[in-house]
Amino acid sequence: MDWQAFTLTLRLATVTTAILLAVAVPLAALLVLGRGRWLAALEALATLPLVLPPTVLGFFLLVLLGPRTAFGRGIAAVLGHPLAFSFDGLVVGSVIYSLPFAVQPLVAGFAAVPSSLVDAARLLGASPARVVGTLLVPLARRSLITAAVLSFLHTVGEFGVVLMLGGDIPGSTRTLSILLYNQVENFDYAAAERTAAILLAMCAVALAAVYSTSRQRGGGRG
Amino acid sequence: MVELKLDARRGGFHLMVECIFTSEWTVIFGPSGSGKSTLLRLLAGLDEPSHGRMTLDGLVLTDTESRVRVTPGKRQCGMVAQHTALFPHLSAAANVAYGLAAMDRTARERRVDEMLELAGATDLAALRPAELSGGQAQRVALARALAPRPRLLLLDEPFSALDGAASDGLLDRLQAWVRANHVQTVMATHDASDALAIEAEVLLLRDGRQAAMGPANEVLAGERKRLVGRLGGDTQ
Repeated sequence: MDWQAFTLTLRLATVTTAILLAVAVPLAALLVLGRGRWLAALEALATLPLVLPPTVLGFFLLVLLGPRTAFGRGIAAVLGHPLAFSFDGLVVGSVIYSLPFAVQPLVAGFAAVPSSLVDAARLLGASPARVVGTLLVPLARRSLITAAVLSFLHTVGEFGVVLMLGGDIPGSTRTLSILLYNQVENFDYAAAERTAAILLAMCAVALAAVYSTSRQRGGGRG
Repeated sequence: MVELKLDARRGGFHLMVECIFTSEWTVIFGPSGSGKSTLLRLLAGLDEPSHGRMTLDGLVLTDTESRVRVTPGKRQCGMVAQHTALFPHLSAAANVAYGLAAMDRTARERRVDEMLELAGATDLAALRPAELSGGQAQRVALARALAPRPRLLLLDEPFSALDGAASDGLLDRLQAWVRANHVQTVMATHDASDALAIEAEVLLLRDGRQAAMGPANEVLAGERKRLVGRLGGDTQ
């Protein structure tokens, strides 16, 4: 068992999920409550990583964050190290790659809150931030949980973006999915089975916990 | 005083109104689909007219020509919608307190108690909306709309789920409160008895058009005559 890869994967998924929720809640609220044609373009942009091959996304990010662009050089100057092939770079890649998995459930959940409630809150003087914090989030908390779990699990299982952007640096960018790939490549099937079992168990336990919670709260689907 | 000149289109519906509400109470009367709720939403700023202008005591709230649009939260406007729109995850007391975020806790609690008492809903303070009957929910929604002491109060069929006796007592208390606090009140109803119970001017809407405006007894008598006349014509 490679505990280093295990803890790195958990750390990456936790940090990514926290950032994603902080980004996705206001973004989803804007998509649901906002007006203007540009919102369609914004929604398409936020959904793009869902259909884009991870390797393509990883390649673009590698180029953008690398020393060949002014942006990459600027970031490196600020952080003191380039983002590519670092844990921070993986976080950036994971946030972008998993963005639709956080935004889509939240958009669905926020859109299901009756507009009459939002109107009532606005008439009572609530700011958009207060509408989101006191109405949309509490009333769509199942969607929030779904968004968090999907973001976490999607990051845990991420491979293409991690490989392109982070490579395979033990303790820095070697996650469980990269470890599994290495083990298979080295014909170490016994170790690969254990790693795959851990990934499977993490996903199954998290999903089972979410569905059992939602069934307890909602009293089943009937 | 509210001055209106509004032209609004929603799908196939077209509302055109040009009038001045001078009385403290104005009743918008008309059958379902005549445009009452649409007009209230325009007054609240929840919808925008295609063209038009609206002022409250001289203050411009909407003017499409000069692109002025005061947002709903800044209009100091309270509204009780037909379907109460209480926040389902909050108690009745928390619903009433929602618009009082700027007040300190003691003043807020006092105001909530006062408004629940006015609405006859003191016993309901701890209940969630799902535990309330339709009439109880309307009382809580009224208390919530009154709590921030709006300058303009919009009521959309506010007593539809209350039986007559219950709404009479509530209406008396509400009228006294509106008078004491100088709140311009506009109530939409399709019930003539609601319109007659209040000493108000009536705006009669028919198919999105302003059919008449004046004292309740005159406008409603005229409408009654028209309907009776039409009934007679139909049966011939």
